[in-house]
Amino acid sequence: MGRYLLRRLLQFVPVFLGTTFIVYTLVWAVPGDPFAGKCGERQCPDTFVSLMTERYGLNDPLVVQYFTYLGKVLTGNLGETFSGVSISEQLLNSAPITVRLAIVALLIQIVIGVVAGVVTGIRGRGYLDNLVLVSTLFLISLPTFVTGSVLQILLGVEWGIIDPTVSAQATWGELIVPGFVLGSISMAYVTRLTRTSITENKHADYVRTAIAKGQPGRRVVFVHLLRNSAIPVVTFLGTDLGSLMGGAIVTEGVFNINGIGGLIFRNIAEKEGVMVTTIVTLLVLVYLLMSLIVDLLYAVLDPRIRYD
Amino acid sequence: MGSKAVALTAAPLTIALVLTGCGGGGGGAPAGNATADATISIYGTNPPGNMLPANATDAGSAKMQEGLYSQLVGYGADDGRPFDQVAESITSADKKVYNVKLRKGWKFHDGTEVKAKNFVDAWNWGAYGPNAQLSATWFKQIDGFDDVYTKDPDGASGPQKPPTPASKTMKGLKVIGDHEFEITLKAPFSVFTTVIGYTPFAPLPDKFFADPEAFAKNPIGNGPLKFVSFTPNVEIRMTRNDEFPLDQKKVKFRNLVIKIYSQQEAAYKDLLSGQLDFIETLPPSAKAGGKYKTELGDRLLTAKLLSISTLTVPSYLPEYGSLDLRKAIALAVNRDQITKTVLADTYVPADGWVNDNIEGYEKGVCGEFCEYDPAKAKEYYARSGHSGKITIQSNSDGGRKEPLEAACNSIKNAIGVECTFVGATNFGEFRNIIDGSKLTGLGRSDWGADYAEIENFLNPLHRTGGSSNDSKTSNPQLDALLAQADATADRAEAIRLYQQAHRLLPTYFPSIPLWMERGVGARSDNLATATMSFKRRLEYASVTVKGNG
Repeated sequence: MGRYLLRRLLQFVPVFLGTTFIVYTLVWAVPGDPFAGKCGERQCPDTFVSLMTERYGLNDPLVVQYFTYLGKVLTGNLGETFSGVSISEQLLNSAPITVRLAIVALLIQIVIGVVAGVVTGIRGRGYLDNLVLVSTLFLISLPTFVTGSVLQILLGVEWGIIDPTVSAQATWGELIVPGFVLGSISMAYVTRLTRTSITENKHADYVRTAIAKGQPGRRVVFVHLLRNSAIPVVTFLGTDLGSLMGGAIVTEGVFNINGIGGLIFRNIAEKEGVMVTTIVTLLVLVYLLMSLIVDLLYAVLDPRIRYD
Repeated sequence: MGSKAVALTAAPLTIALVLTGCGGGGGGAPAGNATADATISIYGTNPPGNMLPANATDAGSAKMQEGLYSQLVGYGADDGRPFDQVAESITSADKKVYNVKLRKGWKFHDGTEVKAKNFVDAWNWGAYGPNAQLSATWFKQIDGFDDVYTKDPDGASGPQKPPTPASKTMKGLKVIGDHEFEITLKAPFSVFTTVIGYTPFAPLPDKFFADPEAFAKNPIGNGPLKFVSFTPNVEIRMTRNDEFPLDQKKVKFRNLVIKIYSQQEAAYKDLLSGQLDFIETLPPSAKAGGKYKTELGDRLLTAKLLSISTLTVPSYLPEYGSLDLRKAIALAVNRDQITKTVLADTYVPADGWVNDNIEGYEKGVCGEFCEYDPAKAKEYYARSGHSGKITIQSNSDGGRKEPLEAACNSIKNAIGVECTFVGATNFGEFRNIIDGSKLTGLGRSDWGADYAEIENFLNPLHRTGGSSNDSKTSNPQLDALLAQADATADRAEAIRLYQQAHRLLPTYFPSIPLWMERGVGARSDNLATATMSFKRRLEYASVTVKGNG
């Protein structure tokens, strides 16, 4: 187990180097000039453009720029954006909010999704099952933007139950509605995934054996059935956390949340190469870490799986 | 099935509702308090620059700059007319040498007095090339500017750097005493007293020169609002300067929060629910079908914006060289219909190249050519000998695309020539195309005046080498008239000459006038009064908050 973990962690290094390089190159491959349009309808003074180009080393060959960047990252100094604002400060402001939002979304997915899936999976065909199938279909077909705007207008503007946007502090309470919006589509998938998995395993040999042994129904469901049915759901949830963090651009925009998604979006538009590379790399690391955790969870959920 | 679906989606929603009942809150303005203790919040965007006065050219930083600094002259809220602010008097006999006397006892927020050297040093610093301020060229009229600001010999993208300037100070600026200085211009410039109310002409305290970079993070000004804090992507906080000496611009509320939004839609919804007190622009969804009129009611604010929207005709494209073609296009755009439908009455048709709120505006300079007439358009088009298609270029974001597509359709239907809209992804990219003379057809050219003078609609836009002469057109006759007007000391006479220059434009159509924006914004129910200025900003001094509402 220890060696397996070490091997997986070591794999992070080449992936880190590869993604940073690819992202860095791609950001600068996008056409456009980071200093255009900064002076309104006027052309910017040459002196400004020259000084900025020199200060940020934009005249150096790409490889040189990349290694300068890498050196800075490894010494823990991310530098500043073109407007002179510290990158690490912006990241530290946004990251906790995004993490909170993702956790809220994930919790909503797990609580509502798994419960609905288990209940319908065990009960099988019937009124409730149809209801859940229809409503999940409904949620999946709605784009996040629509869910978000509708909830914002109804709850925020019309009924005044919540503020239409999230404040700078972005407290847990404020993030419940955005979290629901962000997690709604995945929640529907989790429901369906759990339901299918449960229905499938309901008739498996080990469940029949457990029942035949005379175990109480609750033990059969929670210890045997649910645990074994959880593998596809856990896989889904693990990778979903990554996409919840990076893919929240729409939700963050609707509710004006100062999170990672919006930060990437703005910085791509402003061609802040260092910022984009840093955030994307962070997200890649989150993905890697999550898939590692998921893999380790397999061994916990299914005793037949061993790593050594 | 329909009712089931509704019932089930309602279930998780109800849970969310119950859960958020205890959350939320936070932010917003206290409605019950009187103005003196009120905190108001206004819509903002993330400032892209470092927010020194000579570097702040965007709307996001301008909102802060306006509260933070007071220049020699201020602009009236309604018409933008300049009045003496920090200056006690500005006198000039020949409009070339200006003598400025300052009011005594005007203090920066750190308690030091605003003296003549604070202006002179700040201007010199802003103009000095190696300091690379975005607004450096605003000082170009001052004598000695060329000694402190050198051009890059091979353009910004070339490998060579601009030579180090010979001097750090402009010889045209001379401190006479603590409260008096003299400005000498390169050539007479009659509206210079208006120009110096613009942001880059702010004074800077002694502290700035010790460490400009630290200062930029914690700026100290002399204006009606003091800087408190800036959290990137979140907000800028300011508070009232109780020592501010001038009633006309003194603010009555206590705190100002400039909330930063990534989307106008979100800000607009905050405004509707009273979480935001002022927004100077409405999102496209609110404009659609004039929905904003019913949604806002008496909260709607309008401003006399000084703007003009035109289609620039690049002089470097021979296929657009024919004057008859330019006239045909001007005739073929149905301005009335487009401003009423697509632009939802937030614009009105233009009948010239100067905004109608400007002193010196004359009606109908563009004449019959700016009135929709498909028959005449066909006639002129036939005479022009043009063949092929017409294109209109612009950035497609921010609602720019729709009206221009409508214009294109109008041209297509009127003349029967193919017309297409060519989009650029964002403003920066589009400006790159214009600045690099890479337009392939007509280009969107919108102009908002920096200060309320007719001169500002002519010199930068149409004079040879003007800072926003997007068509790169050169007309010696116009240049001569403008130079003569600039040098005329008598204001009325100068305006007459500018008008004469304006009337020259329909003889060669360097651009095709389309429409003029009527600024619409909104205030929240918390505010009793609020005025939107000609620069499309909240006039801070005009704000009063409803008491015990």
